[in-house]
Amino acid sequence: MNKQIKFYGGVKLDEGKMTSNEPIITAPLEPLYTVPLQQHIGAPAKAVVQKGDKVLRGQLLGEAGSFVSAPVHSPTSGTVKELSSCLGPAGAQLPAIVIESDGEDTAAEPMPVFANWQEASPDDLKARVAQAGIVGMGGAAFPTAVKLTPPPNVTIDTVILNGVECEPCLTADHRLMLEHPETIITGAKIIARILGVKQIIIAIEMNKPDALEMMTKKAEGTGVEVVGLRVLYPQGAEKQLIYTVTGRKVPSGKLPAHVGCLVTNVASAAAIADAVCLGKPLYERVTTMTGTPVVKPGNILCRVGTPYSSALALCGGVKEDPLKIISGGPMMGMSVYSLDIPIMKGTSGILLLAADEVSQYTPNACLRCGRCNDACPMEMIPGILSSTIEFHHFSLAERWHVMDCIECGCCSYVCPAGRPLVQHMRRAKAVANATRRAAEAASKK
Amino acid sequence: MIDIVMMTGTGILLGLAIGLVVRYFGVPEDPLVESLNELMPGANCGGCGLAGCSDYANAMATGRAKPGLCPVMSAEAVAKCCELLGVESDTSEPKIAVVCCSGDDNHAAKQAFYNGVNDCLNAMLVAGGAKGCTYGCLGLGSCARACPFGAIEMLPNHLAKIHADLCTGCGKCYMACPRNVIKLVPRSAAKVHVYCNSPEKATVKKNVCKAACIGCRKCARTAEEGQIVMNGFLASINYDNPPAEEIVETCPTKCLRKAE
Amino acid sequence: MSEQSTIRMPDTSKLVVSSSPHYHDMGSIPKIMFTVLAALAPAVIASIYFFGWRALLVLSVCMVACAAIEALLCRLMRRRISIGDGSALVTGLLLGMTLPVTSPLWMCIVGSFIAIGLGKMVYGGLGGNPFNPASVGRVALLLACPSAMTTWVTVSGCALNKWVVDATTGATPLELVAQNQPGPGFWDLFLGNIGGSIGETCTLALIVGGVFLIVRKIIRWQIPVFFIGTVFLITGIAYMVSPCPKFNPMTHVLSGGLMLGAFFMATDMVTSPLNRKGAVVFAIGCGIITTVIRLWGSYPEGISYAILIMNALTPLIDRYTAGRPFGVARKASQKNA
Repeated sequence: MNKQIKFYGGVKLDEGKMTSNEPIITAPLEPLYTVPLQQHIGAPAKAVVQKGDKVLRGQLLGEAGSFVSAPVHSPTSGTVKELSSCLGPAGAQLPAIVIESDGEDTAAEPMPVFANWQEASPDDLKARVAQAGIVGMGGAAFPTAVKLTPPPNVTIDTVILNGVECEPCLTADHRLMLEHPETIITGAKIIARILGVKQIIIAIEMNKPDALEMMTKKAEGTGVEVVGLRVLYPQGAEKQLIYTVTGRKVPSGKLPAHVGCLVTNVASAAAIADAVCLGKPLYERVTTMTGTPVVKPGNILCRVGTPYSSALALCGGVKEDPLKIISGGPMMGMSVYSLDIPIMKGTSGILLLAADEVSQYTPNACLRCGRCNDACPMEMIPGILSSTIEFHHFSLAERWHVMDCIECGCCSYVCPAGRPLVQHMRRAKAVANATRRAAEAASKK
Repeated sequence: MIDIVMMTGTGILLGLAIGLVVRYFGVPEDPLVESLNELMPGANCGGCGLAGCSDYANAMATGRAKPGLCPVMSAEAVAKCCELLGVESDTSEPKIAVVCCSGDDNHAAKQAFYNGVNDCLNAMLVAGGAKGCTYGCLGLGSCARACPFGAIEMLPNHLAKIHADLCTGCGKCYMACPRNVIKLVPRSAAKVHVYCNSPEKATVKKNVCKAACIGCRKCARTAEEGQIVMNGFLASINYDNPPAEEIVETCPTKCLRKAE
Repeated sequence: MSEQSTIRMPDTSKLVVSSSPHYHDMGSIPKIMFTVLAALAPAVIASIYFFGWRALLVLSVCMVACAAIEALLCRLMRRRISIGDGSALVTGLLLGMTLPVTSPLWMCIVGSFIAIGLGKMVYGGLGGNPFNPASVGRVALLLACPSAMTTWVTVSGCALNKWVVDATTGATPLELVAQNQPGPGFWDLFLGNIGGSIGETCTLALIVGGVFLIVRKIIRWQIPVFFIGTVFLITGIAYMVSPCPKFNPMTHVLSGGLMLGAFFMATDMVTSPLNRKGAVVFAIGCGIITTVIRLWGSYPEGISYAILIMNALTPLIDRYTAGRPFGVARKASQKNA
C-alpha cells in the first residue's frame, strides 16, 4: 500500500465529515416535487407529459433529448401541476416539471427485470442504463450510458468504481458503501459485463476504514478488487484516480477510455444494479445534508425534485444563519442563494457554511509564491494563468492548457493572496468553449 | 579623406543591401489594402471590432469584415471602400446599443452578495450572479470596460447606462455582455424600448424584478399592428416599424420607456 | 406541518455566492509577512547585542520610513493603502539589516524611499516588482554613498550597555579575505562577533529564522540550500587548488550577507521562480554570481548584485522550467512553449 503512486500536488484538507456515522434516513413524501428536465450534462430531456396528466412513481416524464442526454422519471405518483422552470444550482433557469403528489406513491409498472443479468446481452444492459436515466452521481452528472459507449478505436480493460469521496463534509457515498455494499458490487459487475472487462477495482480513501473493510469483506470471491488510497485531495478526480490506481496518465484532452479505464461513482453503480435487477429508474439518491449551522446533519435518501429546504427541515433546520449554501462539497460545489432549488441526480450533498468558516476572495495581486503551482494536481501554473486571464489573454491561456484544469480548487485553497483562481480558469474555459462553438458554427455556414 | 570615402562607401553599400533585401525579401503589400488604408481615419480606436485601422483594412480586403463597421468614417469614405472592394454599398443605418434591462438595485431583487472577480461572465458562472433575474444586467460593468468610446456608464445601483451621444454602435458591448442584454438597434428607430430581457412567465419575473415586462400585451394592443410583437411573455419592439412615443403610457410596470 | 414552525430555517437574504472552492487554508499575505518578521527577530536581537542600541534605531527608522512611504505613495496613486499586509515592514527591516550600524538616518530614509518607491511601487505594488525591493535599496545606497556603506565598526562581544560600539573602524571578514588575510575564527563568524552590516553577522540567528520559515513552508528550502551550497562548493574547489585565506570556504559561507541573502532576500516570493526546479536554478545562479564577484570582482561582497541579476532572469527561468501539465505529451508542450 505504501508503494502507491502519488499524483503531483494536491492538498490535505480538514475532512469535516461529521455525518460518517449517521445512517441513511429516508425522506418523507413531499407535497410538490419540481423535477428539472436537465439534471445532467448534455441536452435537456424532452417532456412527454402534459399539464394535468396523472403520473406514477418511476413513470417517464422526459425522454433523452439527444445522444448525450438522459431521461427523467417521476419521483412519486400524482398530477403534473405545470411545465415551468426552476432555478438550478448553477444559477440558470432550468425547464422543469412540477408534480403534485397524491400521497399514494403508487409505483408504475417497473421495467422488466433482468433475472439473470449475467447472461443478458451487453447491449440490452446498456439500453437499460440509458432508459433508467442513470448519470454520474458524483456531481458532474454525465450520462452513464454515454460513458459506457467508448469510442470505437479503444478497448477498456479496467473499471474503477470511485468510492473515494475526497470532498470534505460529504458522506453519501460512504454511507452507501456501508449500507448497500452488495448492490454496489453487483452494479460494478454489470458495468464489467457491459464492457466485457475482467478487472474491477473499487477505490476508497483510507479515511473511511469501515467502508474499506466492509467492501473488502463483501468483495471477497467476487473478482472485485478493493483498494485503499492515501488521503489527499483531489484523490477522487478521475484522472488522478486512474493514475494512482493503474499508473496510467490520461492524455490531455482525452477521455479515460483512451487509457483503457472507465471510472464511475459507487452511487451510479448502485443505481445501475437497481435498474437492472429491480427495474427501478433513477429517481432518488442519497444526499448529505451537513454543515455546522445544521441542527442534525445527516444522510438522506430523497427523491429527485425535493427542494433543499425540505431536506434541511428534515435535518432539524439551522442553529445559526449560514453565510453560504453550497450544492455539493466545499471544494467543487456551487454556492446558491435559494433553498427552493430541487435536489437533482447529481446533488451529492448540501453544505451550509457559517460566517466564520467563509473566507472572502480579495482582489489582491498574485504574490508569485508558487503555492498554487505546488498544489495543482494537473501540474499547471494557476497563478500565472489567472493573471493572463485577468488581462483577457484567453488564447494564450488556452495554449497554456487551461482547458486541462479540473477546477478542483486546490490553487484557490492555498492562495495566500485570496485570489479567485478557479473562477478565472472557469472564465477562460467558458470563453474558449464559446470561441470554439462560434468557429464550428461559422465553418458549418 | 580616407574616412570620408570609407563612410560614403559604407553608406552606399548598406543602402544597396537594404534595397536588395526589400526587393527580394520584401512582402508585397496588396495595393487594395493600401488604398483602403488611405481611406481609414487612422485613429486605431478599435471601434470596428478589429485591432486597428490597418487590421480593418486587411480584414475588408480579405473579406473578413464588411465596410461600414467603422464608426468614424464618413459616408463617402465608406462608399469609396465599397467601390474599391466591388461590393454593393451597405446602406444600413448607423446603430446604437440599448441595455434592455431596468433591473437596478431598486427594482431587481438582490438575492445574494457576490464575492469574486469583478466581471459579468465570471459572476454568471457563479450561481447566475447575485440578482434574482437570470436574464437581466449583472451590473458589474464588463460592457463599460469593453466600450472603446467610454459611452457606457455603470450606475451606482448596478445597471449599465448607454450615453446615446457617445455610442457609435460598434457592438463591442454587445459582444462583452454574457446575458445578451445589450441590443443593437437602428439609431433612427431608437425612440422607445422595452427595458426587459426576460422571456419568463410574469409570475416568475415579478418575484425577482419590479420593473419587468409582465407580458400584459397592453402596449401590443394599443400600438398599430406589427409595431410591438409578443416574444413569449416579453413585448418586443419591431424596429423596422417603431411605435409612436405615446405608447409608453400604456405600460403598467414602466419597462416600456422612451429612449434615455 | 406543526413541526415546521419550530424548525428554524435560514435567512437566505444575506447569503454570499462565490466560485468554488469554499474552503481556504486561511493563509494570507499579512500572515506570511509577519511570520517573516518573527523569523528575523533572533537576528535583530543578535544585532542589538553585538552593535549596541543604535542598531535598533536604524532598523526602526527603516521600517517606519518604508511603511510611511508606501502609505504616501498609495495615497498619491489613489490605491488602497496596502501597508496592512506587512510587506513594507519586511522590506524596511531587511534593508536596515544590510546597512552598517553607523549609517546616518537620512541615508536610511533615502534607502527606504528607493526600496519602496523605485523597487516596488512603480511596478504597481506588491506582486508586480521584478526586483527584491530591499536589495534595490541597498544597492542604490552602496552606489550613492560607498564610504558610509562600508564603514564598519569593530565588534567585541556584548554591547548591550552601549548606544553604539566604539566607532573604531574595522574591516569585515570578507574585506580581510579579499586582501588575502586570514579571517576570524569559526565561532566568531558563526555567532556574529565580527564586523559587518547590522543583520548580516550572526549566522546562528539567521539560520534559526530561516529554518523556522522553511518549517512553516513560507520559503522553499531549495533556495538557501543550493545558494549556500554553490558558494561553498566553488570556494571549496578554489581552496583545494590554492589553499590561501582568500578562498577559505568557511569564511565565505559564514560571513557577509550570504545567510541573510540566501534565507531572506533570495527567497522573496515575488521575485523568485515559481516552481522547485526554477528555484534550484535560481539559487545556483545566485551562488555562482556571488562567488565570482567575491573572488574576482572589485567588491568584496556580491550578494545584492547576485540576487538582483537572478531576479531579472526569474521570468526566463520560470518559462523554461515550467513543467508539462498532467497528461500533456512532451512534443505538444514544446510546440506551444
